[in-house]
Amino acid sequence: MLVSVYRYNPETDKKPSMQDYDLEIPAGKDLMVLDVLHLIKEKDDSVAFRRSCREGVCGSDGLNMNGKNGLACVTPLSEVVKPGKKLVIRPLPGLPVVRDLIVDMSTFYKQYEKIKPYLINDEPAPAIERLQSPEERAKLDGLYECILCACCSTACPSFWWNPDKFVGPSGLLQAYRFLADSRDTATEERLADLDDPFSVFRCRGIMNCVNVCPKGLNPTRAIGHIRNMLLSSAT
Amino acid sequence: MVRSITNLSRSGLSDWMLQRLSAVILAAYTIFIVAFLVKNPDLQYAQWAQLFSQGWVKIFTLLTVLSVLVHAWIGLWTVATDYIKATFIRFVFLLVVALTLFVYVLATVTALWG
Repeated sequence: MLVSVYRYNPETDKKPSMQDYDLEIPAGKDLMVLDVLHLIKEKDDSVAFRRSCREGVCGSDGLNMNGKNGLACVTPLSEVVKPGKKLVIRPLPGLPVVRDLIVDMSTFYKQYEKIKPYLINDEPAPAIERLQSPEERAKLDGLYECILCACCSTACPSFWWNPDKFVGPSGLLQAYRFLADSRDTATEERLADLDDPFSVFRCRGIMNCVNVCPKGLNPTRAIGHIRNMLLSSAT
Repeated sequence: MVRSITNLSRSGLSDWMLQRLSAVILAAYTIFIVAFLVKNPDLQYAQWAQLFSQGWVKIFTLLTVLSVLVHAWIGLWTVATDYIKATFIRFVFLLVVALTLFVYVLATVTALWG
């Protein structure tokens, strides 16, 4: 199978380029894209990419495969490429490339930091723990599972154009995770921080984030909830 | 909180709300005008003059043009802050937009009550 990989080493290359590799894919198996990258690495150990858990838990190997973002370790070849066709692997779009398939995620993490991703509670801590009812806990489902792989935010044009101002789908999903948490008492401060024309309202609801999330989460819905909370807190 | 001094209302929430409200007014006016055109196939000056001689039509029209102002400013401000990264060029673009919208409003007022 022909695999085309984005190559860029800022120390030696003037411009990024695509390099083709012709690989023997073992028959009878539907390899994951990460396995394909390992096959390439055996041929050419200068290809750089991130990976860690290789099972969709750590979020290290977010990549753009034939135009769609996803985690290489949980994306089977059959899902991204038709038999006999070429597989094109690029780094996540919209972030600076450190080398080959490795991107600099600083702006992405900065947005995550902005939404204060931790519980804020001014009330005195109880002796053992802050309890939640099963219903209160259920509100966090579909939010806490985010692994910060950046597939969604780097698929979002609003994040491409304003990565320093728009929090992005991932950050906003996390923002809602803390807004929805019954143990968090900083709801008003959190909402006040989001009520500008960029942080939340740059979302135009095109749902690229929902389309690519490898964990099947729905940032657009979370953003809608934040908007509703802003509305009801303001009127 | 991201600070911005050129968007319509300073707040993202009220910009969002205003854009939706103005859209409703624009849609209502479009339906009104299309219905009027359908009802009067061979339209003459007299019918136009009669329509716009009514006070509520004047107010509705002015409201619609003000909605165009609000709607277009929020929309084009968003487009400009997305795609025009050079501050000076964006400033010039927004100035042209603001001037055009101002002329629209002024021209409408003159046409309605002039």
